[in-house]
Amino acid sequence: MGQCRHGVGMAFLRLLAIRLLTTAITLAGVAVIVFVVIRVVPGNPIAMMLPPGATEADIARLSALYGLDQPLVTQFGIWLGGVMQGDFGTSITSRQPVLDLVLGRLPATLELSIMALVMAVILGGAAALTGTRFRGGRREGAIDVANGMALSVPDFLWGLVLILLFGVLWPVFHISGRVSPALDLPFTTNFYLFESLIRLRFDLWADLVAHMFMPALALAIPLAAIIGQLLKQSLKETMNLDYVTLARTKGYGETRVILREALRNAILPTLTLVGVQFTFLIGGTVIIERLFSYEGLGNMAIDAVINRDLPLIQGIVILFAVIFTAVNLIVDLLYAVLNPRLRHA
Amino acid sequence: MLEANGLDGRSLIRRRAGLRLWLSAGWLGLLAIAALLAPWIAPHDPLAQDLFLGRLPPFWMAGSEPGYWLGTDSLGRDVLSRILHGARIALIVALVAGSITCVVGATLGLLAGFLRGWVDVVISRLIDIWMAFPPILFSILLIAVLGPGLTSIIIAIVVIDWTRFARVVRAEAMAQGAMDYVASARVAGRGRLGTMMREILPNVLPTIVVLLTLEMGIAVIVEAILSFVNLSISTDDPTWGGMISEGRTSIHQAWWVLVFPLVTLFLTVLAFSQLGEGLKDRFDPVLR
Amino acid sequence: MSFLSIRNLSVRLKGGPPLLRRVSLDVAVGQVRGLVGESGAGKSMIGKAVLGILPPSVEITGGQIVLDGTDLLTLPPKERRRRIGATCALIPQDPLTALNPSHRIGPQITDRLVDILGWTRADANTRARALLEEVQIPNPDRVLRSYPHELSGGMRQRILIASAFAAEPKLIVADEPTTALDVTVQKQILRLIAGMQARHGTALLFVTHDLGVVSKVCQHLSVLYAGMVVEDSAVTDFFAAPRHPYSAALLAATPKYTDPAAGLHPVPDAVIDAVRAEVAAFDAGGR
Repeated sequence: MGQCRHGVGMAFLRLLAIRLLTTAITLAGVAVIVFVVIRVVPGNPIAMMLPPGATEADIARLSALYGLDQPLVTQFGIWLGGVMQGDFGTSITSRQPVLDLVLGRLPATLELSIMALVMAVILGGAAALTGTRFRGGRREGAIDVANGMALSVPDFLWGLVLILLFGVLWPVFHISGRVSPALDLPFTTNFYLFESLIRLRFDLWADLVAHMFMPALALAIPLAAIIGQLLKQSLKETMNLDYVTLARTKGYGETRVILREALRNAILPTLTLVGVQFTFLIGGTVIIERLFSYEGLGNMAIDAVINRDLPLIQGIVILFAVIFTAVNLIVDLLYAVLNPRLRHA
Repeated sequence: MLEANGLDGRSLIRRRAGLRLWLSAGWLGLLAIAALLAPWIAPHDPLAQDLFLGRLPPFWMAGSEPGYWLGTDSLGRDVLSRILHGARIALIVALVAGSITCVVGATLGLLAGFLRGWVDVVISRLIDIWMAFPPILFSILLIAVLGPGLTSIIIAIVVIDWTRFARVVRAEAMAQGAMDYVASARVAGRGRLGTMMREILPNVLPTIVVLLTLEMGIAVIVEAILSFVNLSISTDDPTWGGMISEGRTSIHQAWWVLVFPLVTLFLTVLAFSQLGEGLKDRFDPVLR
Repeated sequence: MSFLSIRNLSVRLKGGPPLLRRVSLDVAVGQVRGLVGESGAGKSMIGKAVLGILPPSVEITGGQIVLDGTDLLTLPPKERRRRIGATCALIPQDPLTALNPSHRIGPQITDRLVDILGWTRADANTRARALLEEVQIPNPDRVLRSYPHELSGGMRQRILIASAFAAEPKLIVADEPTTALDVTVQKQILRLIAGMQARHGTALLFVTHDLGVVSKVCQHLSVLYAGMVVEDSAVTDFFAAPRHPYSAALLAATPKYTDPAAGLHPVPDAVIDAVRAEVAAFDAGGR
């Protein structure tokens, strides 16, 4: 047994090493591409920073300050050297360190994405379980149609539909911002939602949720449909297996059979696909944050592009790439942990 | 033993899929006609402003003006005319960007999946890198670099979305390449390129057609998103995304400026997607 | 006194042809009845109907399944499930797929005792351990903590047998329990089932296509053709003189261990035609 576990540990470490290596290559590729793409941006960002009437000499001086007068390879070398030491440069528009700006906004986007994921899992899981429980009936048909609709239309359009429904027709949720501006936030971190719970400030928490609900739901709808579809298919296949039939003869009800016998085995094939889809969801926050004026990374990214704030754009894209690859890594590890065959092989 | 029942269900699904296919194709056909005839059927010049006719409501509401069926926006431009002209841009983007993306992505996927070796290593690594980019941010960045305009949008869509085709086609080509009929074609003396074009491509083609249909819907959405962040064609040109962006700001005063283009966009995206799904069912002999 | 009594049970594919044609049979307390027939004859369908696990595409169109004096088909679904769970059990065909891969062995044996019959966890565990010893599994404590994929097919079939006997059911349906196993293991498993059945005094409905198995384990047998019972006899009578021409042909088609040189006699076409005509006449006579 001990030896066996040792072997599994080694295999696991090797898998991890390979994954980390390919992740590093991917991130390096992302860095190079972003770097090259944004250096060919037309319109001199330095000229935009200076007040009108600035001289050529002023522009040259400031360009030198930001290293923009060096050749491309040298610029990349300087930037990479800085990144290695945790220095992502200085934002041109706000003149603050990029890392501080980006990490300041990250919690807002993370909270939004995780809220959306939770909603998607609840909605999709409920759809899959209901569809399986009443398979072959009208209810399953209705769920299939709803899933098909939700899947066909992207988060951006769902966001607009939600704004119309719950922002205008029946205004129950906020359609703009992360928190009501009048509220005083006594927080030390930017994880407002999390910290308001810890501090038992439920009034603030409710306000945050009322702001976050619609953008999160817009992001959640397509993912919920994917979860609902995959999990239902997987559940229905599992429900025909012998061990499920055997459990039925033991006197358990249908619901209990689905939950206890089928669900766990049906989740595994769904999990990896949901991992990839979750990175798509995080990518979707860019436009959804814009749509709902939510002060997260994505909204900042669009402003950075409009303002030609090169160091900031670079930092944000790299951070997104790190999040995406991290999510994929976590899902792979989770799969290994949940699958008893891999755990005790 | 269970065939009888299975067949029953299957024909039902097929019938429903057929309806879905016709509805989607019908809407898209209507849209294509509207786009082609826009200059002749649009009641007004989509760019004509008239501040005295600003924010007119649609025809059934009090205060509407005859001839402005779906009302006007804050600058007095006719919403219906702008939607009809917007359909031209949307469909051009869908067709051109979709097709180029398809050709580029499918070619790379086919090469990677069939030739394997270092070609596959390079293309797969590129796909991995592309998957690590937030796609919308990437497209916004590209438009900023390329400058606004129809060509920029098409280039941005191709650059971002080629992986959609490459990933799927690569996997399919790999599966097909492992089959016996490919080996026998090689034994019969067909060259590598010949085998790829004559044996593999026809078998992957249905998948490519389905992906192309879905991609057209995505292209329409990307164009709308870019117009929405004011990076698309130009702020004056009538695009659905631009109209939605404007409607979003005046949502409480004039909902129709948002609702009509939104409904059109929604139905169009839904139609492309349902057309793709319907074709998938049609093509797939065992219904997935 | 019969514990299970099936009367005129008819089952068909929804909107399709009949699968069982007014089947009647009895299983007495503590007795073993074999169900024999070629594949597709409906023998497994009878066991599934008794246990309430017919596939959704199939429906019961008539008849009674009387278990311990109560017709199961008249009970509401919940009560029916509870009663079946409390008094019946299944030994499934394929041990490789009949254990849930994500649960340990222990809970899979004890879950019914705890959840349905209200035992304490400790009592149930003691019981599971004793059962594993009874089916001759070495090192039962370790096996109870194992996952199914860590065990061999023969081992898993023993576990499924132990699990079937866990709640001291009055009736066990064994659905071709040796078909999926190696020939060497088959004999041991057969002996094990026969021994357990005798010790616990459980009634057994034994579904098989192997007349050799029937002669070793059963007291009575029903021969099925196209969902119709063509012969219902005591095993000794059957092997001495089968009453129906189809059963006789079936018996002749079975290879004999004692005389392998005699060769196989496939069921003659004339017999098949005759029994088909019988089925057709039955159908024409109204159900």
